[in-house]
Amino acid sequence: MTADTSTATDPAAGRGLRRRLSAFREGYPHFFLLGLLAGVTLLLAVVPYGIIAAPWQDAAGEAPRLVRLFRMDIQTWFTLTVSGMAMGLLIFIMSSGMTLTFGLMNVLNLAHGGFISFGAFCGATVVAALSGWGGSGSLVLTAGLLLLAFVYAMVVTGALGVFFERVVIRPVYGNHLKQILVTIGGSIILVQLIQVIWGSTDIPVSRPELLRGAVIINEGVPLIGGAAIEIYRLMAVVVGLILYGVMQLIINRTKIGVLIRAGVENTEMVEIHGYRIRMLFLAVFVAGSALAGLGGAMWGMYEQIVNAHMGEHLMIMVIVVIILGGLGSVTGCFYGAILVGLINLYVGYLEPRLAGVATVGLMVAVLMWRPQGLIPVLRH
Amino acid sequence: MADALLELTGLHANIGQYHILHGVDLQVPRGELTVLLGRNGAGKSTTLRTIMGLTQVSRGQVRFNGEDITGEATPRVARRGVAFVPEDMGIFQLLTVRENMELAAASGPMDPARLDWVQQLFPPLKRFWDKPAGNLSGGQKQMLAIARAIIEPRELLLVDEPTKGLAPSIINDLRDAFRELKEREATILLVEQNFNFARALGQSVAVMDDGRIVHTGRMAALAEDEALQQQLLGLSLGAHQ
Repeated sequence: MTADTSTATDPAAGRGLRRRLSAFREGYPHFFLLGLLAGVTLLLAVVPYGIIAAPWQDAAGEAPRLVRLFRMDIQTWFTLTVSGMAMGLLIFIMSSGMTLTFGLMNVLNLAHGGFISFGAFCGATVVAALSGWGGSGSLVLTAGLLLLAFVYAMVVTGALGVFFERVVIRPVYGNHLKQILVTIGGSIILVQLIQVIWGSTDIPVSRPELLRGAVIINEGVPLIGGAAIEIYRLMAVVVGLILYGVMQLIINRTKIGVLIRAGVENTEMVEIHGYRIRMLFLAVFVAGSALAGLGGAMWGMYEQIVNAHMGEHLMIMVIVVIILGGLGSVTGCFYGAILVGLINLYVGYLEPRLAGVATVGLMVAVLMWRPQGLIPVLRH
Repeated sequence: MADALLELTGLHANIGQYHILHGVDLQVPRGELTVLLGRNGAGKSTTLRTIMGLTQVSRGQVRFNGEDITGEATPRVARRGVAFVPEDMGIFQLLTVRENMELAAASGPMDPARLDWVQQLFPPLKRFWDKPAGNLSGGQKQMLAIARAIIEPRELLLVDEPTKGLAPSIINDLRDAFRELKEREATILLVEQNFNFARALGQSVAVMDDGRIVHTGRMAALAEDEALQQQLLGLSLGAHQ
């Protein structure tokens, strides 16, 4: 079976520019959507509010609610964009594991959210235990604390992944319905396990001293001078980008990566060449679980509170991201996550209650346009 | 019969509820090219898949190099030096030609001298070396599939209908490649429906029908005996020879 990835151009599309635009849209749907989203919102920010509001203002100088949405300036736009990317990259970290396990193993692991919660609690435990390090304001101690918290979360969820793959996933390879049932069950067990270990109340997570507050961009910088960016979000962007880079490197430049990509296409053929696909499955599942744990730990610190059910709530976004990215594609997952992050922040700024709707709306719109997702994976 | 590298005894196999192999007895002589002939649905492909451990053996035995490998997992069979080119070729379309080959070299980096030889055997592979294998034509894909199977020295090659759907000129290229392989390399078990191709290459021959081997012998003998061909394969080649 082949998915249609051709850069089909509509013969009636007219001349030069339009045809090139539609070729770009079909060839690089992720860049097209990102550009569209950022471009339209930037336009909102650039058009002076006064011009738009003037004809609508009532006696008190207030414009109707919808028009007030245009009251965004470029600094705000910049802040929203960076924050959206930060949120998107956090979602990417959480989703990448699930898209990999789906792509390679054809396993729908709905307990992924349980791993996210577990990682968040592990991270919170380390942060609470070493609160002295976080409060010290020392760069070395803060970095050490983060490293410990993240590594601890990854090790625990990774180990949990080994167990989970053997006991829960292995008996249901190749059967989606059973996978859904059994992993939902697994997810309930994970959440209960969290409540047994950490209790059923929410646990606050205090960010280390150095990661609190925001950086204000120097007023001298043209356009975006004065924009404020939370330090933690900057860190999330950096960590997310590094992780994406490392994953791309592993997937595109190493033998393991070749095996993973080959396995996504045709597992049987990988075995015919003498590789034990089950070991590869296990490795990828453990890596995916550890990534969920890392994402959870980072998300907990982002929200500054952890809750046993947080993973289940995040799963909605995770599932939206992996579907809209193209099931199984890490690159699609990356751009899908950034799109979701951006649309959440943009729409949330305009009307907070619509943020969730916009996320799902984005998925629906993308699927109507490209049912196979942004960057589809060829499947045997 | 000479020393058999592969020996199937009373092999039975099922696919789902269908009983496909009904006691296959086959010996593949070491160092020869054996052709497995038979009409569609006779169980040729299933025989190869069963040797590879891809289809479960329900009864009988597979012996390779004197060892019992019945029911062994596919990767272990492969590591014993058995390469398999399935009917659909199993090319990884999104991987480049290079990556397909790297993957096939399971025990480490490719041996440059051997790679040179393989590329010389199949020149188009070198031309499209860094292109996605999905862009190759059908014949080039078949070349890649065979190249993957021989990038490391193997003891036994199992090749399932390499000529299927290919143009005559490409079939000739493949025949030349197989000739060279035969001289240089290991034992080959070739499943084929194209009798001319089979006759040009085969040393020994086995004919299957209904999940059993119904004839074994030397290819030369079968090639000369038109009555036997008629009986076994329903062929009348004399007309267009």
